[in-house]
Amino acid sequence: MSNPQQLRFSKEHEWLSAVEDGVATVGITEFAASSLGDVVFAQLPAVGDTVTAGESCGELESTKSVSDLFAPVTGEVVEANQDVVDDPSLVNSAPFEGGWLFKVKITDEPGDLMSADEYTAFTAG
Amino acid sequence: MTDAPRRTALDALHRTLGATMTDFAGWDMPLRYGSERDEHIAVRTRAGLFDLSHMGEITLTGPQAGQALDFALVGNLSALAVGRARYTMICEAGGGILDDLIVYRLAEQEYMVVANASNAQVVLDALTERAAGFETEVRDDRENYALLAVQGPEAPGILKSLTDADLDGLKYYAGLPGTVAGVPALIARTGYTGEDGFELFVAPGDAERLWRALTDAGTGAGLVPCGLSCRDTLRLEAGMPLYGHELTTATTPFDAGLGRVVKFDKTTNAGDFVGREALTAAAERAATNPPRKLVGLIAEGRRVPRAGFSVVADGAVVGEVTSGAPSPTLGKPIAIAYVDAAHAAPGTKGVAVDIRGSHEPYEVVALPFYKRER
Repeated sequence: MSNPQQLRFSKEHEWLSAVEDGVATVGITEFAASSLGDVVFAQLPAVGDTVTAGESCGELESTKSVSDLFAPVTGEVVEANQDVVDDPSLVNSAPFEGGWLFKVKITDEPGDLMSADEYTAFTAG
Repeated sequence: MTDAPRRTALDALHRTLGATMTDFAGWDMPLRYGSERDEHIAVRTRAGLFDLSHMGEITLTGPQAGQALDFALVGNLSALAVGRARYTMICEAGGGILDDLIVYRLAEQEYMVVANASNAQVVLDALTERAAGFETEVRDDRENYALLAVQGPEAPGILKSLTDADLDGLKYYAGLPGTVAGVPALIARTGYTGEDGFELFVAPGDAERLWRALTDAGTGAGLVPCGLSCRDTLRLEAGMPLYGHELTTATTPFDAGLGRVVKFDKTTNAGDFVGREALTAAAERAATNPPRKLVGLIAEGRRVPRAGFSVVADGAVVGEVTSGAPSPTLGKPIAIAYVDAAHAAPGTKGVAVDIRGSHEPYEVVALPFYKRER
């Protein structure tokens, strides 16, 4: 498993893309997707919702369990990935690409987001 | 207790295959190797290979082995033909289920009892105690067997290529000693997936050789290694109960809709067996005034019910989910639940499952969800 260098990562295993015009894309990492197993249902935040860094903003159901989806930053949701709602297996097959979850207009971000190398070390420990 | 988990004879192989391991009843077992959904579909359409070495084998030998089992279990095991197997249960005197079992009659005076890993010690202790007055020896054989299962429509063809045993003559719920890939094995036509298939009891030292031979023989037919995650969804679709979920010491076989396993007409021990009195009352209650029934539920939405979730109707709790999962075959979440008799008829309207505060509509159906074409 390799974590893309251009992304930043939360301790709850979400990734955050580079910010463009204040907007970044959010997903879960390959490590998280692999730990969950086959994702069968994704409840994503709706466009217009305010999400808060470190707080639950949705859920992902897999065969064995349900997991909260945590927002890695605070802001307003500007897009949710309908492709993942229609086919949640995208989270497993392409967690860093087609399996992205939502886009957020950032108003605040915590200082403890990790780089790819830091996150790789975090998950190895 | 914080004992380290036990490892099967195939542990190193599972790690080589990249399995995600999980603690199950004190054993470190493969949960899945890749996608559990793909593993599930492989068993339904082609074949899957399982390590089930955590299951607990207990052997009874001696002239009164069958009679002892008639007394200790709810079934009529002295009447079982040599070479056949029976699904049965061991109950408390009060009727509660201690475990569900498969019993094989290996010889006139030899039976093998296969218990769930989580209950193997309880079953061993109960059998030892209950058999004390009979001419039989109860032997703990847990360390002496590894158990591999080949399940799915391609299983007979795969196994045939590795054995001279008469598989065509081997009926469902039968077992015969033979040789598979040069390895001595008890070949049983049993399983927990709802598909045709075999369970192979072998010496632990032979397990890896057999696994590799089955993999080599089966890969071309689509056989894949399968973990406990898909085993659970396979048995759930097939409506098969799991101890600790549908079956507990708080339920009798009749509560679980499995009263047929209780044989009141035994000819040994003057018809007496542990739990007889309580089970007679339980049978009466189930026939006349059942409190709850075991039913199937199929989701209309996509959120997944889990064990312990409440079943609701008209705002009131009318039952409890005992097992739930997304069904790869149906493409929808499914559950098994105990539901008040008034809401348990298939097609009952207005039944929902409380999924984290949201009442999700569910259809009540008869079990099983899936039955293979024969």
